[in-house]
Amino acid sequence: MADNILEIRDLVVEYHTDDAIVHAVNSVNLSIKKGETVGLVGETGAGKTTIARSIMRILQTPPAKLCSGEILFEEQNIMALSEHDMRKIRGNKIAMIFQDPMTALNPIETVGFQIAEAIGLHNKISRAEAVRRACDMLEMVGIPSARYDEYPHQFSGGMKQRVVIAMALACNPELLLADEPTTALDVTIQAQVLEMMQSLKERLGTSVLMITHDLGVVADCCQSVAVIYAGEIVEYGTAEHIFEAATHPYTIGLFNSLPKLDSDARRLIPIKGLMPDPTNLPTGCTFCERCPDATEKCAAESPDVVEIAPGHLVKCFLTEVNK
Amino acid sequence: MAALLEVNGLKKYFKSGSGMLHAVDDISFTLEAGKTLGVVGESGCGKTTLGRTILHLTDPTDGEIVFEGKDISNPTKNELKAMREEMQIIFQDPYSSLNPRMSVSTAIMEPLVLQGKLSKAEIRDEVKTLMDTVGIAKRFENAYPHELDGGRRQRIGIARALALKPKFIVCDEPVSALDVSIQAQIINLMLDLQEERGLAYMFVTHDLSVVKYISNDIMVMYLGQMVEKAPADELFTNTLHPYTKALLSAIPVPSIRNKKERIIMQGEITSPINPKPGCRFMARCPYAAEDCAAPQVLEEHSANHFVACCKYKTIKN
Amino acid sequence: MLKKSKRKERKSSGVWRRLAKNKVAVVSLGILIVVFLIAVFAPLLAPYSYEMADLKHGLEGSSSAHLLGTDRLGRDVLSRLLYGSRQSLQMGIFSVTGAAVVGIIIGAVAGYYGGFVDNLMMRILDLFQGIPMFLLTIVFAAVLGPSLRNAIIAIGIGMIPSYARLMRASLLTVREQEFIEAAKSINASSPRIIIRHIIPNAISPVLVSFTMGMGGAVLSGAALSFIGLGVQAPIPEWGAMISDARSFMRAQPQLALYPGICVMVTVLAFNLLGDGLRDALDPRLKN
Repeated sequence: MADNILEIRDLVVEYHTDDAIVHAVNSVNLSIKKGETVGLVGETGAGKTTIARSIMRILQTPPAKLCSGEILFEEQNIMALSEHDMRKIRGNKIAMIFQDPMTALNPIETVGFQIAEAIGLHNKISRAEAVRRACDMLEMVGIPSARYDEYPHQFSGGMKQRVVIAMALACNPELLLADEPTTALDVTIQAQVLEMMQSLKERLGTSVLMITHDLGVVADCCQSVAVIYAGEIVEYGTAEHIFEAATHPYTIGLFNSLPKLDSDARRLIPIKGLMPDPTNLPTGCTFCERCPDATEKCAAESPDVVEIAPGHLVKCFLTEVNK
Repeated sequence: MAALLEVNGLKKYFKSGSGMLHAVDDISFTLEAGKTLGVVGESGCGKTTLGRTILHLTDPTDGEIVFEGKDISNPTKNELKAMREEMQIIFQDPYSSLNPRMSVSTAIMEPLVLQGKLSKAEIRDEVKTLMDTVGIAKRFENAYPHELDGGRRQRIGIARALALKPKFIVCDEPVSALDVSIQAQIINLMLDLQEERGLAYMFVTHDLSVVKYISNDIMVMYLGQMVEKAPADELFTNTLHPYTKALLSAIPVPSIRNKKERIIMQGEITSPINPKPGCRFMARCPYAAEDCAAPQVLEEHSANHFVACCKYKTIKN
Repeated sequence: MLKKSKRKERKSSGVWRRLAKNKVAVVSLGILIVVFLIAVFAPLLAPYSYEMADLKHGLEGSSSAHLLGTDRLGRDVLSRLLYGSRQSLQMGIFSVTGAAVVGIIIGAVAGYYGGFVDNLMMRILDLFQGIPMFLLTIVFAAVLGPSLRNAIIAIGIGMIPSYARLMRASLLTVREQEFIEAAKSINASSPRIIIRHIIPNAISPVLVSFTMGMGGAVLSGAALSFIGLGVQAPIPEWGAMISDARSFMRAQPQLALYPGICVMVTVLAFNLLGDGLRDALDPRLKN
């Protein structure tokens, strides 16, 4: 499909350690349309960051091992690219924002220099031109360009994350991978940063993969949502599908676990138990042990993905179509 | 009913390179047995220091702390020891709040051993009961913290806090390091314990949806000061202080319907070092006027609803 | 990546199990055990007494009577090497143990109390560290007079500052952790916090440096004896043996070579074991 900027097909990633194999990502399929923001939601250890790092090809191998699958970026399989060719894409066409703005910047270089460097790496332009564009980028994320010569420690957390975003967007990438970009920030600052990302995205037409554990953030900025559990995408659909018609028991459980501002219930409904050990995944459905409606079939076989409505995919035996 | 805990004009200043850091500045409140006071605010607002100061983990600069009618602002060593059996704390980070070289049972045992009232056998029984209470299976007895997930570690933290049978527990962001599905398990556990044991909580957090859920009263802090305090529902339905309004509107709601208008504040929290006498929120406040440069008085708007803003009556909802 | 290695940690907990997987460290440990056993049982293993001179058969090469030949006084080189391990190991173990104990105490006190105490202690250590360590050792050895005991003291004193600094730095990191505050909140006393909570968590880097320091101390001991400030004749010591062999370097190079190999293997074993220990104590360093 030509309108997909990114297509992940059947991606399998494992971590090989001395005494176990961690099944981090298990046949994940995911596509991002041009200009779309896709939310990738899941809990710690579900494999969200591994997927992003696979796309950027910055996984440390070993211990990580890309076992199978394809990652098509603009219809080109980037898993087959040489490191030399990948360098032209990384940072230039695909950029990534990391979770912790405190450690993502080099403390001994000025913020302006770091942005200008990112621009200079991918564009054959003069030093002065790079500096000029870096100043523009700072202004664009709401930092006066007069602060070009300041060092990261002179910025607050929210400001640093703006600088990181400016760096990521400096080469006008087609695809932005945002790995929990606001998790380390306070709510009011998070609101500022999300709003800024939103308006920049609209202006530049960037596609975004928004990785987060916060369904509130997803509701704010994503058109499509993929829910990931134990390395598998268990539900995928438009924001309407997920927020209005959640079908997979895990997705439903996540919503129930959240304390709601508009409810007076005195008890939360948690999902019982824990995520399975990724070195020893069950043969059947990975959510089986925690699922309130699990049947014998769920424990024995892994369910296929079914399309219960156009564009709404669920990996569960208990959906209407499956019955 | 007499209050379990009464705090009057509590202050905690730290010396810093460029002046005095007003971490907690003139905070007063009362808390009854079995109730929960939620304390919310952003990082650096002094909410964590407030909890630690009440427990004398750092000494207050000024102010009065009264627990069960007894002034414990300047406790002697023995008073402090007795006090710590009544008041406990659950820490934020279950990864760093447990000694990595102590097994689960040793960690839970420690407060009882230090208390020195029970025999070895009694302590062993008590540890068993505590593990049961917080829901840690017996097979984890000899496990070390790094072998456990965040939820289980936090349960150990709770067991340690419960060991001395306190009446009051400061909960310092006990669930913010946990995943939502685990977070709900821990919150339910804390609610059950409160009901069974009549515990009073001071629940410190930056997560407003959690705090609304668990608290009777909520206090909103900004740069060391209380800007608003009200019963939980009242705070959300009848928000008075402009900072509280901005804070509430900034919470991302997990729903795509009824998207509320978001108040995007300009700027970030200013420095708590040597603050000016006026309203500390002034620099970011959309309603700031000349009067705001004068010290703000805490006003009781309606029963038990306090607000420190000279303009609140003129601000429309 | 950190998350993954933590998971791994769960599978194979225990420093020993991780150390056992490191072949280099296991071999090193084996070598050190052998050296230690040789030192203990030297009288049983050595074919001759270390001081039995036989001037008629001086400076001979390997023969069936003397496997590694004889030195200029006709003493059996093998026997002297075996006995020499005693001096080398003693210098290594005692000087480093002494330095580590004193250093840990200084570092722990300075780090825990902070402020003026810390400042004073650290400035004194600064003074010490301003002088090259080996020079300091030579000065002490010269002042105290040459003997095994004094060599141990001299080497030990030179090593104190590095242990004190290491302990202090490690302790400062641990002191900031939340579980220290957690211990305070349940009425734990200061000594208990230091002994039960801080030291066990701060000790790993000191332990690693302790092992590696032994290698350094063996080397320093050999060097001191080489320049005549360590163990005195006729007691054999590897460094002194090399020193003795200097005059016959051309004719009988093996006389310097054998003790040289002994020093090298022992020092290397200590260092590699220390390396392995560091990896085993902190699994996050690997992977």
